[in-house]
Parts: sequence; structure tokens; C-alpha cells
Amino acid sequence: MSDRTRASIPANSTSAPTAQSSAPLSGRQPVLELRNVTKRFGPLTVLDGIDLSVAQGEVVVLVGPSGCGKSTLLRCTVGLEQIDGGEVLLDGEVVSGRERTQQDRSRMGMVFQSYDLFPNMSVIDNVTLAPTIVRGQSQKDAREKAKALLARVGLADRADARPSTLSGGQQQRVAICRALAMEPEVLLLDEVTAALDPEMVHEVLQVVLELADDGLTMLIVTHEMSFAQAIADRVVMLDAGHIVEEGGPEFFTNPKTERAKAFLRTFEFHRSGRDS
Amino acid sequence: MGAEFLLQGATIKRLLVGLGVTLRISLVSVALSIPFGVLMGVLFTRKNRMLQVVLRAYLNFIRVMPQLVLLYVVFFGSATTLGLNFSGEVASIIVFTLWGAAELGDLVRAALESIPRSQYDSSYVLGLTQRQTFLRVILPQALSRLLPPSVNLVTRIVKTTSLCMLIGVVEVVRVGQQIIDYYRFDYPQGALWTYATLALLYFCICWPLSMLSKWLEGRNTR
Repeated sequence: MSDRTRASIPANSTSAPTAQSSAPLSGRQPVLELRNVTKRFGPLTVLDGIDLSVAQGEVVVLVGPSGCGKSTLLRCTVGLEQIDGGEVLLDGEVVSGRERTQQDRSRMGMVFQSYDLFPNMSVIDNVTLAPTIVRGQSQKDAREKAKALLARVGLADRADARPSTLSGGQQQRVAICRALAMEPEVLLLDEVTAALDPEMVHEVLQVVLELADDGLTMLIVTHEMSFAQAIADRVVMLDAGHIVEEGGPEFFTNPKTERAKAFLRTFEFHRSGRDS
Repeated sequence: MGAEFLLQGATIKRLLVGLGVTLRISLVSVALSIPFGVLMGVLFTRKNRMLQVVLRAYLNFIRVMPQLVLLYVVFFGSATTLGLNFSGEVASIIVFTLWGAAELGDLVRAALESIPRSQYDSSYVLGLTQRQTFLRVILPQALSRLLPPSVNLVTRIVKTTSLCMLIGVVEVVRVGQQIIDYYRFDYPQGALWTYATLALLYFCICWPLSMLSKWLEGRNTR
């Protein structure tokens, strides 16, 4: 799984980024950059000076224990939370520290754990809403694009259904289409399979893997370690608001810090009295 | 059988005219309550302390007051203290609008607050403006949750307008009493038959509304 071919992304052929590199793939202009981002909830510092950048076409996976600030980091990135220090840059332009424009917001896509489709609209209207009323696309164009997207995630025949009649996995795939319809420069995924039944996890992650193959820039928070290992160009581990380790997919097989080793051990199971 | 008087003279016609007054007061009050109630509900969800205190005080005041007291206050009170001579019907409409707007405002508030935060978040990341989010995402969802309890409120208003006769409005119950008085000696059993007829008339108005509310509720949970 980990040796995916990523033909559309030239950078991948120039050897995987080294474990030490905190810089994105081979020095290209980052699409998304966080500089010294700090976030506090009352007395609690949830993010403490985070530096992170994501290059064009790069897939960065954020891992870490619950409550380490992963989701907060995504929410700060898209502007759902105000940051208390540092800045967020999109294509080299600072977008934090002010009210984000419609334009700013629609350049980043985000998919949430609980899908959060609009229950008052059909599946296809969920997908076409923002392109028509934010981007001013015609109903016809938007519907055509939406149909293509839905077909891509295998839901062409459910276009006119209500979200509530779909399974969790189907709803999450629609939510991905809804975000993609705005053609975001970077897609943020916040534990998109955490609310799903196990048998639906795979169908959603398969879609995300295909997006990566198409060269979509993504910042992903996940607890699915085998998926993370398969999809990541770079892995960033967060703990207590700090980045504790950063590296290529070899993070999973050969972590450097004790903290990362301890974290990865929480995904393993051994029964005492048996050889592992 | 002692009920023939119901078919005599203009009895049925007079009852229907009375029912017309009942419906007119109810419908005008409801129609006026809707804009005021929606405005109140939207203001309720603004996190403004002063506004909250004022609206909450208004709602509680209306709730603890018996409708009859409100009718007296508006009908007699405004005449003696403000020199405003409302007709009984206008005073009734004022009271039922004050009441309807307060109750509807609370229903609108509850419906708006029941929409999860994540719906706003999803709209935000898609680039929708606050206005677009409200009109396209939040309001349609709130509306479908709002309809069943609102229809119930309408039936409550229709039934409560019977109190209007106590400030001289000749609505359907008052007409019924006039008929009973008129036929008192010829038809001693008339009261029972007349009240039964009144009950039937109210039933014909309220039962369909009640069914509508139930149907709307069922449609929501599907």
C-alpha cells in the first residue's frame, strides 16, 4: 500500500523527503503555511507556536493523541477559530488576523468528522449550493460538475436522494464532493472516518487515496494509522500543542522520538505470555 | 327532540357569522404574530444581554398573565388611562397578537437554537456569507421544525378567542348564548344542543389543524 505511484506529482519521483526536513517537498512554494501559530482556550495553550507548511500536491498527515490540538489546528487554519499568535498564509498571502473573505474561505476545503451535510437539500443541491451562490456558476454548469464528482465517488445514482437516506460512508463521500466542488487549493480532512462503522471506513479512505493520486494538496488528521502510512508524503506528530516529530512515512516503522514510539505502541496489541 | 330550533329562522346563519368573527380575530392575530414572532425569535438568538433580559421579561409577563386579564387591561385600561377607545374586536386582536408573538418568538428561538453549530461551520468553510447561511441553510431547517408547534399554537389561539365575548365581542360562543336566551322558554333543552353545536364547530376548525401539525411532525422525523 505504501508504494503508491503518484505519477502526476513530479516531486515524488525525486526521492521522498528526508525525516529531518521540516521544509515541504523540494523547496517549492508552499500552498499553505502556518507560522508560529498559537491558540489558547482560557488558561490552556492548545497550540504553542506551530510551524507547518504544505506544498503543492503534498499530502501531510497530522497524528497524535486525543486532545493534542490536531482538530484545533485545522479549525484555526480555515478560520473557524481565531488564532492568538502567529499567522496563516495561503499562497504566500496572510489570511489570518482579519475577518476572512468569502474568497479566502472557499479556497480551502474542509470535511468534518460528522459529515454535516445540509439535511434540507438533496445530495446534488448540497454539492451545487456553494458553487452557484458563492462562485456564481450557472445551475447547469454546477450540476454537471456535481454529477461528475458524485460519479467519481460512486454515488451518481443517489444525486436526488436526501442525505438522511444515505449511509454514513455515503454521506461522507458526498461531503467530500461538496468540498471539492469549490475546487479548493488545499483540502483539510478532520478525522473523516471517526464516526463511521468499520465497514464504511474503507470506501471513504479509498476516495481520499484517489484524490491524493490526482495530486490534490491535503492536510489530514486521522487515527487510521495504516491509511496514514499509505497516503502520507509527510507525517507530523503533535503532542500537547507542539510538533514532536516530523518526517516521511517511515515515521510509522522507524519513529525517532520516545514520544512517537510510545504513541505508535498504543495502536499495537500484545497478549502477555505469548511471543509477539 | 327539542333541537328543531337549530334549523329555525336564522340560527345556523347567525352561528356561522359568529364563527366568522372568531376566525377573523384568530387569523388576523396569527398573521400579525408571524412577523413579530419571527423578529423576536431572531433577536432572542443574538447574544445581547440587554435584549435577552427585555425579551425574556416580555415573554414571562405574557405567559403568567391570564388572557382574560390582558383583554381587560387592553380594553378597559387603555380607555381609562390612555383615552384610547378600542372596539372589542381590535382590543382582542391586540391581545392575541401580543400573546401569539411572544409564544411564536419562543418557538422560533428554540427552532433556531436546535440547528447544530456544525451547520454554520460547514457553511463557513464553503464560503457562504452569514446571510446566505441563514437563508439557505439555517432557516429552512428551522422552519420545518417550527411548523408543527406553530400550528398547535394557532389552535390554542382559536379556542382562547372565546374569552373575547367578555369584552363584548359577539363571536361564536356569544352568539350561542344569545340563541339559548332567545329560545329559553320554547326549548328548555336548547342550551345543551347549542353547546354541542358550538363544540362541533370548534372541532371542525381545530381537528384539521391538529392533524396538519401531526402530519408535519411525521414528515420531519422521516
